[in-house]
Amino acid sequence: MAESTTPDTALAGALSPASTPARVRSRAAELPWFSLSVFAVLLVCAIGGELLFPHDPNALDLGLAFAPPAWQAGGSWAYALGTDNLGRDVLTRIMAGTRISLVVALYAIVISGGIGTVVGMIAGYVGGRVDTVLMRLVDIQMSIPALALALVLAAVLGPGFETVVIVIVVTYWTWYARIVRGEVLSLKERDYVALAKVAGCGTCTIFRRHLLPNILNTLLVLATLQVGQVIIFEASLSFLGLGIQQPDVSWGLMLADARNYISNAWWVITLPGIAIMLTCLASNLLGDWLRDRFDPKRRQL
Amino acid sequence: MNISRRLLHSLISILGASVIIFVISRLSGDPVSLLLPSDAPPDAIEATRQHLGLDKPVLVQYLYFLGRALTGDFGDSYRWQVPAIDLILERLPATIELSIAALLFSVAIAIPFGVFSALHRGSWFDRFGKVFAMLGQAMPNFWVGLLLILFFAVQLQWLPAFGRESWSSLVLPAIALGWYPVAAQTRIVRSAMLDVLESDYVRMGRAMGVPERVLIWKYALRNAAIPLITILGVYFAAMLGGAFVVEVIFAWPGVGRTVVEAVFSRDFPVVQAGVMLTSVLFVASNLLVDLSYGLIDPRIRHG
Repeated sequence: MAESTTPDTALAGALSPASTPARVRSRAAELPWFSLSVFAVLLVCAIGGELLFPHDPNALDLGLAFAPPAWQAGGSWAYALGTDNLGRDVLTRIMAGTRISLVVALYAIVISGGIGTVVGMIAGYVGGRVDTVLMRLVDIQMSIPALALALVLAAVLGPGFETVVIVIVVTYWTWYARIVRGEVLSLKERDYVALAKVAGCGTCTIFRRHLLPNILNTLLVLATLQVGQVIIFEASLSFLGLGIQQPDVSWGLMLADARNYISNAWWVITLPGIAIMLTCLASNLLGDWLRDRFDPKRRQL
Repeated sequence: MNISRRLLHSLISILGASVIIFVISRLSGDPVSLLLPSDAPPDAIEATRQHLGLDKPVLVQYLYFLGRALTGDFGDSYRWQVPAIDLILERLPATIELSIAALLFSVAIAIPFGVFSALHRGSWFDRFGKVFAMLGQAMPNFWVGLLLILFFAVQLQWLPAFGRESWSSLVLPAIALGWYPVAAQTRIVRSAMLDVLESDYVRMGRAMGVPERVLIWKYALRNAAIPLITILGVYFAAMLGGAFVVEVIFAWPGVGRTVVEAVFSRDFPVVQAGVMLTSVLFVASNLLVDLSYGLIDPRIRHG
């Protein structure tokens, strides 16, 4: 995983001459295998769902409560990662949690990315007063800490899946708007945009055909980096009891349940957090890798 | 950007935040239904509506809300029957104490680690630091808090897990809250240090035989720390936001925990007061950052 983001290897890849078999091999070695495998596992769990689960994620069996993971004394492979306070299988619940995490991330990214991109493109392209007003709106939005805004919204809307998505969209569209605006500001000065205008292309066509394709790379990097952020945000809200509710399974909710049994069972407190950490790590590494791929110059120090 | 313009922008941001909070709160429907029992007589409902100004146009209602908010009046807590702002202000010192402690923790780690990574660039320590930073940034702060409780309070029983009785109860929440920015701050110190080490005055000092330790920790660090110090306000602001979750885990009696509890009891005045105050602090510390650039770094001091 460290290899995938070492700047030197990525740079060597970008600068080396045309493809040779050796180059193909080194390219494969440069792929962010850690991130790709984590996401593959997540997708399989989320799509496979009930077909793959060793147990029912909500099946209660108080007789089995706090069974330790298989490798500890008293554990069994039937419950490989142990059970929680109600005897529910931890492995199954972690697998079931992938679905909520990915669905929330997907919704949040598509909607906030869509809104942010449109606002950013309009602000950057139209400029002038429109730009000032839109960017002021972004500033205002950013002057309320995300979690505080989430609390106000949750107080009004009540906790639940929709609230989580709305809160995340409201928080993150500003990200896209700012960055897209910056990109469009420089793109609109290019000759091909001026020529398109002269040739009589409408603003919509210019947006769709000339600007959007050029900011797609940036959007992809942002969206990838955002997956981890969104999953942490969802977990935080669910942990506070303001997000996903029972009987739906979420990693944050598992940690909220586990919090009261912290002295009984270490596995209920550590394992769902590891799932969050690995997902977020995979998303950050993949995002960094994509950024290096698309634009070696903009690599962070 | 000059100071008056920057001040104006901050004011607009705070006004905007008040609009957002007002609008969202009104989405909850008629506040009267929360105040009165559902079988209240119609004239009592009407009287309450008039009392709260709900019969006026929305814009007038907003100005009314803003006017009262400016004097710190967000109404009484539905639950405790005392002014909401008092509940919040009473808890504010605990939140500021926690945020400052977390900031100190993160800086205390970031400076030595950043300097050491810069001095031994590419070493195992530098590389380990990179991996560690990546792991750190992937951990939600509430989970870090739970792990700290698990190890230091439950297993080792070194430190208390709850409350705010003695200085020792501050340690774990401060680490949980200060954990996340450590990675970014270390990066900042590292790259600033790398720049400074290349500079002429450091070479000059080395050539003149200034002991390496003095050179690094006294002369080089003074400049390398500038980028970090100038954005500490941004981190302080971020911590005010992060404190919401950390306070809940450690039962820390601060603003965040109070607001979260108020959300559950649908105590809107307290939620509004808490979020508004957090936003004002947030904007103010960002403003201070901008204004402090010139003070800290004389090279960019200008009119």
